[in-house]
Amino acid sequence: MEQRRLFKGKRTRTPGGDIIVRLEGVRKRFDNDTSALNGVNLEVRSGEFFSLLGPSGCGKTTLLRILAGFEKPDAGRVEIAGLDMNGVPPYRRPLNMVFQNYALFPHLNVFDNIAFGLRMKRLPDIEVRSRVDWAMELVDILGLEKRKPQELSGGQRQRVALARALVNEPEVLLLDEPLGALDYKLRKQLQVELMNLQEDLGLTFIYVTHDQEEALVMSDRIAVMRDGSIEQLGLPEELYERPSSRFVAQFLGTSNLIPAQAVGEKEVDTAFGRLRISKKLKKGDRVTLSIRPEKVRLSRTASLQYNLVDARVDDIIYTGAENQYLLDINGFELVAYTLNSDIQEPGFEEFDYDEKIVVHLPEENLVVIHE
Amino acid sequence: MNKLSRLKGILPTIGPGALWLVIFTLVPTLLIFYTSFLQRDPHGWLSGPFTLENYRRFFGISESGIDALYLKILGRSILLGVVATMVSVVIGYPFAFFVARSQHKNLLLLLVVLPFWTNFLIRVYAWIVIFQRKGVLNAILHSLGFEPVFLYPSWTAVYIGTIYTYLPFLILPLYASVEKIDWTLLEAAYDLGAGKLRGFWHAIFPQTLPGLVAGIMLVFIPAVGTFVISDLLGAGKTILVGNVIQQQFGSSRDWAFGSAAAFVLMAAVMAGLWIYARRAGEIGMEELV
Amino acid sequence: MSSKRWLTLYGILVLLFLYLPIAVIVVLSFNDSKYGVVWHGFTLKWYKQLLEHTRIHPYVWNSAIVATTSTLASTILGTLLALGLHRYRFSARNALLFLLYVPVVIPDVVMGVSLLLFFAWAQRTINALHLGIGTVIISHISFQIAYVTLVVKSRLTGLDPGLEEAAADLGASGWVRFWKVTFPLIAPGIAAAALLAFTLSLDDFVITFFTAGPGATTLPIYIFSSVKRGVTPEIHALSTLMILVTTLALIAVQRVQMRR
Repeated sequence: MEQRRLFKGKRTRTPGGDIIVRLEGVRKRFDNDTSALNGVNLEVRSGEFFSLLGPSGCGKTTLLRILAGFEKPDAGRVEIAGLDMNGVPPYRRPLNMVFQNYALFPHLNVFDNIAFGLRMKRLPDIEVRSRVDWAMELVDILGLEKRKPQELSGGQRQRVALARALVNEPEVLLLDEPLGALDYKLRKQLQVELMNLQEDLGLTFIYVTHDQEEALVMSDRIAVMRDGSIEQLGLPEELYERPSSRFVAQFLGTSNLIPAQAVGEKEVDTAFGRLRISKKLKKGDRVTLSIRPEKVRLSRTASLQYNLVDARVDDIIYTGAENQYLLDINGFELVAYTLNSDIQEPGFEEFDYDEKIVVHLPEENLVVIHE
Repeated sequence: MNKLSRLKGILPTIGPGALWLVIFTLVPTLLIFYTSFLQRDPHGWLSGPFTLENYRRFFGISESGIDALYLKILGRSILLGVVATMVSVVIGYPFAFFVARSQHKNLLLLLVVLPFWTNFLIRVYAWIVIFQRKGVLNAILHSLGFEPVFLYPSWTAVYIGTIYTYLPFLILPLYASVEKIDWTLLEAAYDLGAGKLRGFWHAIFPQTLPGLVAGIMLVFIPAVGTFVISDLLGAGKTILVGNVIQQQFGSSRDWAFGSAAAFVLMAAVMAGLWIYARRAGEIGMEELV
Repeated sequence: MSSKRWLTLYGILVLLFLYLPIAVIVVLSFNDSKYGVVWHGFTLKWYKQLLEHTRIHPYVWNSAIVATTSTLASTILGTLLALGLHRYRFSARNALLFLLYVPVVIPDVVMGVSLLLFFAWAQRTINALHLGIGTVIISHISFQIAYVTLVVKSRLTGLDPGLEEAAADLGASGWVRFWKVTFPLIAPGIAAAALLAFTLSLDDFVITFFTAGPGATTLPIYIFSSVKRGVTPEIHALSTLMILVTTLALIAVQRVQMRR
């Protein structure tokens, strides 16, 4: 597959297609009394790359399985392409799933695996042949027709699983952590391929993952789930730059969380003094401020009037492209990232252990979380 | 590993066992083959010259046409094997799933293994007690107001006895496969449009094949060669190849003919094994053990 | 009824079928009636009669001796064989493996008469191997070896080869590695194989039938000839005791396995 577009940048495209999947009030409880889903409401638009993101046990896989028809919700409504899916078994739903463990049939070769769904529909051999060839070319596994799954590598099996689902041209493709078992480089490569595939084919993808970086890279919209509910839903940038809860702030990337109390309209009191913020609050409101490490500005000298704090460099972690500074502010720990760009300018300086520096927390980067 | 140390390793480990197998398994088997071409001599032992007479007699080939006496017996034995195997599969296949899907797997497994380990003579003669004229079955029928049935001795009793005896031999290896089934394959099949029946056939059934084939072999082979069950439950009226062999080596003392019969039986069974080994290899065997 | 319920009902029916004959025997062993199956009251007299029937004692003894001796020999031979097959590749390996499967799949009858024939030839040529307990033991070992080897071999295949490598890395030489690493890990497999061999020997009828001489009668032989003459409650008592022993052995094995 051509690697035409490697970098998509920030996806600013807001898919405006029709609503193709709608969940209303979906609830599910399991035998051991753990509540898997607590009344989930969700709308996915046609042509969207939609991700369900969350830690293990948050209910994302259960939600996917309910969509696929392998589990029945205890309450609520599931609509796919406008049709109520109540009582509809998986083999009659207009969607296909890529399973986490691939679930390839070991007694069939690659061709027969991919052709399976088409043969279930009793399509003529010629059509089966051409569609399977199309799917195999799409995921770049031409030449592997006669091999058995056991003879394939992890990445190849993943592509077969993908082809097997895609060849049926489903309205919606469900993907259950498909890249989890692959090594880092392969994962990165396949992420890009999946994204391109989705866009080229114009399919709707509903993608389950616990890897927040993956979700940020690939999705048009993300639903962050926790304990059976959707905590926040929106564009990747929205969730990253304006998390609505401490959980989302910490789950997506790293975040510095600073408890604060409002003392004026746009001023708060914190453990390291007064800070100006860009959002209006009522006096006395208790909130948490979140600021991303890369937005924290470090320097040796104070150059501005407000939102400046004195800090001592406690630890430095070198990750190649970045320097991660663990800063000590009177016992409170703050994390800051700077790029190793070798530019000798204020804002790009490198600091030493135990050095006393000045930290600037820009008010526009202090996100207010009402918790 | 150099040649000498390899030899020093191979000899003490493989040596004794291999030697034993050669002397007490290979040689006796070859002896049967050899003896089948000899004749019975007046002193009750064996003598030359080599002849095909025993085989001719078994297959009933003579100038006046084919006397199918022994062929019919062989046919009946194979029929018993086939029927007993098929019925065992029908009974045992769902049962294996019953055990695998149950919450009391271990207990159920124990319950299946117990008859398997109970002495097989006990399990066979019990059917005499059930089927005899004044037996359990007739007692129950009588108390319900029905006429008695005479199933002992009879072919029916032999069939039922055979199925009963070898049923656990099918269930256990089959269960070993069923327990390992990857059920997500069924979900994948459903997802791809297969209904309940086709989903089972394409996704589940192939996974049960190793155990199933092992189990089938473990039922078919002893069933074809049985003589105890036909002797006890058929009281001499139901003759199978096993009985023929036993008689020839017993009262009739025609060891040459008996060897021929034994060899035919063995050849039939070995052919089946060879075909199986080609297709399923060692996997199935390890399932059965 | 849901399909799970049907399956459960079915399972229970099959279990009843499996236990019906066993139940009949056990129940009748306590029945105070010499013939027939109608219940006449509970009694232990058949057991008393059985224990007093000293003629039977040698049969029990024979079964035990044959089983123990043959199991011991076959376990050692079979384990060694499994080790050799697992570790080494040599030209005759496939032939040996094939030979190994022969006793497992050959019908009992054929194996029995082939051994009888073999012993007869040996008697006539080298004047040895006259039928007796010895020939029975030899015959049992011959089929036990196959089962033991296959069981132990499959356990060996399941072993992580990295373990032996780690041991070698830490300084253990060949035999030391075997005793300290391999053996403890396959010990349960060897025990299982031995148990299997023991049971097969105790239970064997057909092969023993052909290769036993006078004085070598085992329990299954006795049951067979006795039943041919006519089924008696005393035989039921004997059978029940045997079933009891098997059950206890099974439970003991289960307990041991659970504790691991």
